[in-house]
Amino acid sequence: MRRRLTLAGLLAPPLLWLVVAYLGALGAIFATAVWSTDPFTNQVVRTFTTDNLRTLVSDPTYLRIIGRTLMIATSVTALCALIAIPFAFFMAKVAPPRVRGLLVALVLVPLWASYLVKAYAWRTMLGPGGVLDSVLGGTPGYGFTAVVITLTYLWLPYMILPVYAGLEKLPDSHLEASADLGAGNWTTFRRVVMPALLPSIAAGTIFTFSLSLGDYIAVQIVGGTLQVLGTAVLQNITLDLPFAAALGTASVVIMVVYLLAVRRTGALENL
Amino acid sequence: MRLTRRARAGLWAVSAAVVLFVYLPLLVIALNSFNSDRTFGWPPPSLTVKWWQLAAQADGPRNALRTSVEAGLGATALALVLGSLLAFALTRYSFFGRQAISLLVVLPIALPGIVTGVALQSVIQNVLSPVFGISAGLFTIIVGHATFCIVVVFNNVTARLRRFGSSLEAASADLGARPLTTFRLVTFPLLRSALLAGAILAFGLSFDEIVVTTFTAGPGSPTLPIWIFNNLFRPNQAPVVNVVAVVLVLVSILPVWAAQRLGDNAAAESRL
Repeated sequence: MRRRLTLAGLLAPPLLWLVVAYLGALGAIFATAVWSTDPFTNQVVRTFTTDNLRTLVSDPTYLRIIGRTLMIATSVTALCALIAIPFAFFMAKVAPPRVRGLLVALVLVPLWASYLVKAYAWRTMLGPGGVLDSVLGGTPGYGFTAVVITLTYLWLPYMILPVYAGLEKLPDSHLEASADLGAGNWTTFRRVVMPALLPSIAAGTIFTFSLSLGDYIAVQIVGGTLQVLGTAVLQNITLDLPFAAALGTASVVIMVVYLLAVRRTGALENL
Repeated sequence: MRLTRRARAGLWAVSAAVVLFVYLPLLVIALNSFNSDRTFGWPPPSLTVKWWQLAAQADGPRNALRTSVEAGLGATALALVLGSLLAFALTRYSFFGRQAISLLVVLPIALPGIVTGVALQSVIQNVLSPVFGISAGLFTIIVGHATFCIVVVFNNVTARLRRFGSSLEAASADLGARPLTTFRLVTFPLLRSALLAGAILAFGLSFDEIVVTTFTAGPGSPTLPIWIFNNLFRPNQAPVVNVVAVVLVLVSILPVWAAQRLGDNAAAESRL
């Protein structure tokens, strides 16, 4: 009896917060997605309708936005993996111990640096008359490419660290055994390192993919007029909350599908 | 590992390039804070400390900094209490719905920030303001931040509780200590560094948060990220924004340094 009272005492304050305040609000938002908006007063009308969800999957404007957001998230994830794998391999298996410690610190500092400052830094880098313009003689300007570069920059540590942790767990003896059996560097990498690393890479992609999917601040800073899911939600919040909720629901659904897809690699245990 | 010389050289080159890619933009804004050209033309025509003086006198960033620190401290305090309570309940007891609760804790950082933000905004507009008379401001910022800070404290405390088990507390009770004494002399000292790491993380998350904050902050009380975002697109504020950015990058060395002093890189890495 006493134990149950203690448990209730421990659970009551945090659950009051998370279930009543947060989950309740979240449920209300998802419910809003199947309501509609009065076109004259902009008030939310509480009658059931699937119009919002139907617009989402049939209106070419929104299909294009969803497609573009997926393209950004996929490109950023691929680029992060492409950069992080050789870098983390160098950190874990090649660099001398002192260099390794330094590199870990060098990766961690920008992780703590303000998100906004990093996005802002790329705004000045990519701007007309900025560093890229005057050093390389040209800049992609604000838009799709700028968003992909900036998001890759922002989320890179989130890929490096899980991959590095995965490589540290991979015993050097496996690499030596592979070399003893006559495999070259490339073959060892492809047939020994990559299979062992897959769950860690998948764990990293969960961060890069979901963070890119939900981002709308960096998109506003370096994207020019580019529209993605996040900016579309933002624009609809004041005028058409139900439709904004439907767009938000879409991004949550995409993320859940992605999580289910990578769960098979064992990535979730690696988070 | 036995690498061919070409592979080894290639990896050194790639890694150097990655470090350059990570630090070049930060170096550029640092140099730009001394750039005498108001629009940051590159290369800088001449250097000046004018912008640093201007930023030191500006009220906007200073007030925003105060709001940010207050919000961070409030959210951290709340998260420490709620996160620890949850960690105790979930590691020391087994009950129906335990799995669901551990999922629920992660939800606020796993879902896109805009979803959490809109949800909290509707609570403020429909419940807090009309029923309790609380309007958007520092208090609602703290409420929003605490919601996603709970998880980092929870993770740190849970890991520590799992590592130590409950045998030390059982021993203390066997020796006749009352629960409060046991907590004061055994449990709390064991948890102290985990709580500290959780607090650093929670404060860091809160200090940097912008998405949820845009929906929970009132118009009169911007946090530092909100202030930066609001002034980012104003050309005449650009030099001051740039100085504030440089200061924030320098400040971000502190938690990494603190975590390494704690002998615990995991603390800095659990920023993930």
